[in-house]
Amino acid sequence: MRREPPQKLTDYSPLVFPAGMLIVFFVVPFATMIAVSFFKRNPSGFYTPDFVFDNYARFLSLFFGKVLGFSLMLAIAVAICCVVLAVPFTYLLSRARRRTQVLWLVALLSILSLSEVIIGFAWSTLFSRTAGITNLFVMLGIMDQPVALNPSFGAVLTAMTYQALPYTVLVLYPALVRLDPTLTEAARTLGASPVRSFFTVVVPALRNTIVATLIMVFIFALGCYLLPQILGRPQHWTLSVLITDQAIYQSNMPFAAAMAVFLVLVTLGLVGLTIYAGRKGEAA
Amino acid sequence: MTVFLQRLYFSLIGLFLALPLIVVAGVSVNEKQDLAFPPKGFSLAWYAEIFTNVEWRNALFASITLAALSAAVALLIALPLAWFLWRRHAPWANIFQLLGIAPFTLPPVITALGLLTFWAATGFYGQPATAVISHAIFFVTLPLVTLSLGFSSIDRSLVEAAATMGADDRTVFRTVVLPLILPYLVSGYAFAFVLSLNEYIVAYMTVGFTMETLPIKIFNALRYGYTPTMASVTILFVAIAATIFGLVARFGDLPKLLGAMSSRDQE
Amino acid sequence: MSGLTLQNVTKEFGTFTAVRNVELTVPHGTFVCLLGPSGCGKTTLMRMVAGLDLPTSGSIRLGDRDITNVPTHKRDLGMVFQSLALFPHLTVGENIAYSLRIRGVGKAEQKKRVDELLAMIHLTGYADRPVAKLSGGQRQRVAIARALAISPKLFLLDEPLSALDAKLREAMQVELRQLQQRLGITTIVVTHDQREAMTMADTVVVMNGGEIRQAAPPVEIYRRPADTFVADFIGMTNLIDFKADGAGTQVLGASVPGLTIPNSLPSGIISVRPEDVHLTAPGNAPITGTVTFVRDLGGTIETFVEAAGKQIVAVSMPNARPDVAVGQSVGIALNPDDCVVLKA
Repeated sequence: MRREPPQKLTDYSPLVFPAGMLIVFFVVPFATMIAVSFFKRNPSGFYTPDFVFDNYARFLSLFFGKVLGFSLMLAIAVAICCVVLAVPFTYLLSRARRRTQVLWLVALLSILSLSEVIIGFAWSTLFSRTAGITNLFVMLGIMDQPVALNPSFGAVLTAMTYQALPYTVLVLYPALVRLDPTLTEAARTLGASPVRSFFTVVVPALRNTIVATLIMVFIFALGCYLLPQILGRPQHWTLSVLITDQAIYQSNMPFAAAMAVFLVLVTLGLVGLTIYAGRKGEAA
Repeated sequence: MTVFLQRLYFSLIGLFLALPLIVVAGVSVNEKQDLAFPPKGFSLAWYAEIFTNVEWRNALFASITLAALSAAVALLIALPLAWFLWRRHAPWANIFQLLGIAPFTLPPVITALGLLTFWAATGFYGQPATAVISHAIFFVTLPLVTLSLGFSSIDRSLVEAAATMGADDRTVFRTVVLPLILPYLVSGYAFAFVLSLNEYIVAYMTVGFTMETLPIKIFNALRYGYTPTMASVTILFVAIAATIFGLVARFGDLPKLLGAMSSRDQE
Repeated sequence: MSGLTLQNVTKEFGTFTAVRNVELTVPHGTFVCLLGPSGCGKTTLMRMVAGLDLPTSGSIRLGDRDITNVPTHKRDLGMVFQSLALFPHLTVGENIAYSLRIRGVGKAEQKKRVDELLAMIHLTGYADRPVAKLSGGQRQRVAIARALAISPKLFLLDEPLSALDAKLREAMQVELRQLQQRLGITTIVVTHDQREAMTMADTVVVMNGGEIRQAAPPVEIYRRPADTFVADFIGMTNLIDFKADGAGTQVLGASVPGLTIPNSLPSGIISVRPEDVHLTAPGNAPITGTVTFVRDLGGTIETFVEAAGKQIVAVSMPNARPDVAVGQSVGIALNPDDCVVLKA
């Protein structure tokens, strides 16, 4: 079957419903949001139409700068933790038996699909004083009495790494499965130990994949909106949390929209970077 | 030695992934309303609570209805689009592929906020149907990706062969394309269903004040303190996800669905 | 009668011309092989006959019906694809019955026809097997049976045997030819394998660069190639420059008596098959050369001789094994009747 360009008008008919839905319920809402970001806040209702830059001007405050800085730092930390844990794991997984692979993939998908609410709740339980991991330490005699480990930065970081790790593995998986196994075999015949051949052959061969994965996990972590609320203190709130807070609890839609537009720009810039890294990877 | 290190690493990652769920599972069988681990006593009452307590039951029902409907709508959007992109040479139509993938790639807060402003501006804010459409748009990426993968794995000469045997475009679709794409259709639906079931922020921003899905219910309950039903619901959700993905793996080719073409290369 | 006629058929893909001004008549009931190197346009030509590609210009007629722009599914043909294109989601029987099913033929009649076809391809009882469980040769037969289910007017096969190993391929060639003769169906096969074409075809159509170079019965293609491309592409040959003037015809620095050049060409090329090159004692033939290599394959012996700076190959049968060694001087005798004179 040769892929012919559409000839008749009816050839376009399969596009009508999908295109309509995506335009009406994604493009239009997106445009609405951008429009709202220039509106004025109306304390009694949602907002009043206007064209002001006030909402963007608020970015220049110290508070906002802190939130942005913390969000980026947290997302970078999560991305690094995930990639460091996931690269060796995914490499070993891609070399494992098919049955083992499938079992792990099912487990990873199940955890990836879990609601942030559920992950937040599970970790808050694990970090709690009464049912938490410290009880185990007490039993083993490492600690005198159980303590609560949250709210804390460590709790937020751990839970976000937990949430993003399955995603990281699944992003790395296709590239690692396709990695030519004779590469490491060649390294082994040249006298490199398995660990050495992993670091001297696999990691360099995947440099661009790893960079692209770092960026994708970074974006994923940037989208995290509940874990900092459940497991952290207010100073651990991220941009996503702030957007939710402004939109829902402070009813300041224009400011929330302006922050969202800003977040989109950051994300799009990073996606562009990912594609660039990918292109370079293909060329190399 | 290497094998031992390998096993150890797999076990540590496995422990990290399983630990929170083990604790929650333990907490969920406490006899009293304690947040205690190891559990004090053993009782499945908190699982029964999901179905006997009206609020939890309604939330469960709302979540399942929302997931079932929105996954279906997502499929209705993705199938014709993926088919058109496979069948026709129309580079400009790739923009719709991009639009289908964008909602899921952007931070979820953005899609949620966009839909919130849209529903508020059009006056439909809070109606249950808006959540269905919102989730369908948010998750259309999943069936779109699985179907694109499915179509790309169909040998185009099968379509030509059917044509030489007298099948027109419609018959080819019905007798050749649809049966071959069915596994991808099912897995696309399964992915969208499970993720919709667990989704919080989009549902919360669109219908959070008029309707409670299970994730919304858990979060609301969490703010007022602890109840063991949260734990039993969490375990129920993990079980549902594992069952569905297990079925997808059993009847489909999960490694291939997740982008590894190796199992096909071996054929 | 449903012969096939192509008139001035051209196919362009962008700036690339895949098929150029093809004229071809395939009489009813004949077996035609389109033969040529990859990229010569043979597959594109067949795809146009099938309607899978539409010609840029020209017309295609089947019997007295112009089918140039008729969609594939209304052409009533049977086609076997290179990949075989068996439907993986259907059983052997369902694959064979596909064209009957979509034409609304009744279940009982479908089954009867499937059983007939399975008997024809010696796979009786295989109807309920999944196609994935068949061997390469069995899949091949199923693809053929499926294409013949509606008794098509035209039977097309695109490199149908390329996936089979050499032994099975040879057996299938004979089987396919016998089947075609039994059914008397107009058949076109695309192949790059000249042995296959020679085995099966009534007419071999040699293509190159999108054009037909020669269309003739196999023996004529071999014995009387129309140009140097055909001579070189089909079998082994010696292509030797000649010069002709009033004094005679000069080949390899010697005059070959009796070799007359048509149309009084002053120079050109003669094609001589290796089995027509006869080695003699030096002095017994006008041309003299030196043996450079002997390849004894058991069934045949190839002797490489250098004469006037040109390498000539002679093939002999074991019972006429030439008694020569490398470095020895030999005479080369050519029978003028065996030499085909071609334009350079």
